[in-house]
Amino acid sequence: MLDGEPLVRWRWLGDHLGYLAGLTGDHAVIALVPVLIGLLLALPLGLACTRWPRLYQPLAAVFNVVYALPSLAVFVVLIPYTGLATRETVMVPLTFYALAVLLPTTVDGLRAVPEPVRQAATAMGYGPWHRLAAVELPSAVPYLIAGLRVAAVSSISLAAIGALIGRGGLGYLFVDGFQRTFPTPILAGIVLVALLALVCDLVLVAARRLLAPWAAGVAR
Amino acid sequence: MNWLTWLNDFFAAPAHRSGPDSVLHRVLEHLVFSAEALALATLLAVPLGLLIGYTGRGLFLVTALTGIARALPTLGLVTLAVLLAGVGDTAVLLPLTALAAPPLLVATAEGIRGTDPDVRDAARGIGLTHPQTLFQVCLPAALPTLLAGARTAAVQVIATATVAAYVGLGGLGRYVIDGLATRDFPTTVGGALLVVLLAVAVQLLFALLIRYATPRGARTVRVDEPAGSSPALSKESI
Repeated sequence: MLDGEPLVRWRWLGDHLGYLAGLTGDHAVIALVPVLIGLLLALPLGLACTRWPRLYQPLAAVFNVVYALPSLAVFVVLIPYTGLATRETVMVPLTFYALAVLLPTTVDGLRAVPEPVRQAATAMGYGPWHRLAAVELPSAVPYLIAGLRVAAVSSISLAAIGALIGRGGLGYLFVDGFQRTFPTPILAGIVLVALLALVCDLVLVAARRLLAPWAAGVAR
Repeated sequence: MNWLTWLNDFFAAPAHRSGPDSVLHRVLEHLVFSAEALALATLLAVPLGLLIGYTGRGLFLVTALTGIARALPTLGLVTLAVLLAGVGDTAVLLPLTALAAPPLLVATAEGIRGTDPDVRDAARGIGLTHPQTLFQVCLPAALPTLLAGARTAAVQVIATATVAAYVGLGGLGRYVIDGLATRDFPTTVGGALLVVLLAVAVQLLFALLIRYATPRGARTVRVDEPAGSSPALSKESI
């Protein structure tokens, strides 16, 4: 209970702008670097899955389970290997969560190229790598970006849980505010996490408009 | 530093064998609390989802809600709820329900919306009323999708209930949070392992339910991703 403490102390916010900006930056790194690594891993894995379709079912099943593992439990299990309160302990699981989202979308994207288009490219003399770079990957862009939007937004909100093991960027505001019965940092944290997610989402939508202008409205 | 010793320490501790901190008691606490949140979310989201899916009105609301729910940090909501409403399970039930409702709402609305329009027309044509069409035709057809949404919601609730041990909730999160606070590693890791097992067990349970809710004819059709299995479709923050 708050005992007269106002919901938001605007002066505290004004006095801590630099501090909040620093936490936001830290949060962005912890949350988004795993998404980038997840993308870099999803591309070759997705290619392998389209080339050898038998690989896909078991991999998808494994990542489906991985995705549903509660993050706090996974952070804790990693502590002996990556250390308490290190970025890695939070970033390694987030990478796997991102990969779990991005692998199916990559495979969907690569499979979305109509067979006649693929054959036309081959008939025009495109080798497999040239075709991949010039036909298949561009066609997959709307799918990849749809996957990236989901992965980035969830990664940003998940990273905050890292605060419970000592490294969660903006999540620290929740722990701090709770320990001091001080709602201002908690509200600031919620708003900043949501804002960071919104900005990432808008950047990705803009990227899709730029990279795949034909896809407006195809993949949400 | 060895996993087996830790787990042995954890399960052999007398406090973890009987009494309020026993594994059985904590698992039950976790399950009962998660079931309560899930039931509340179902009561809120499913009727609304049925209405939105059947009328096709307010779909934008559903999309917006899920987007927002996905972006909100669970730890922030849980700590804020406790500061505002006081320590206690009821205060935690609120954010948990709020986080479980959106995936259920989306799944229900999209499942109902996805019923073959010809089938709906046929149902109306043979004289079924709107409620009859909804409950006897659309709902059975939407059940696998609805259950996939319930699975997402359940996994989300189990994960958030673990986090909520930080603000005093019982359940398996107690081991994780108390173990971290006292640097008691066997307890933390044992608790984490139990949470993982619980989440996997609930997933399997829902996989079975979805299988039985899918008509036999539709089951034999081999699809790459059965309805709702692609995590990208119904992703929430866990």
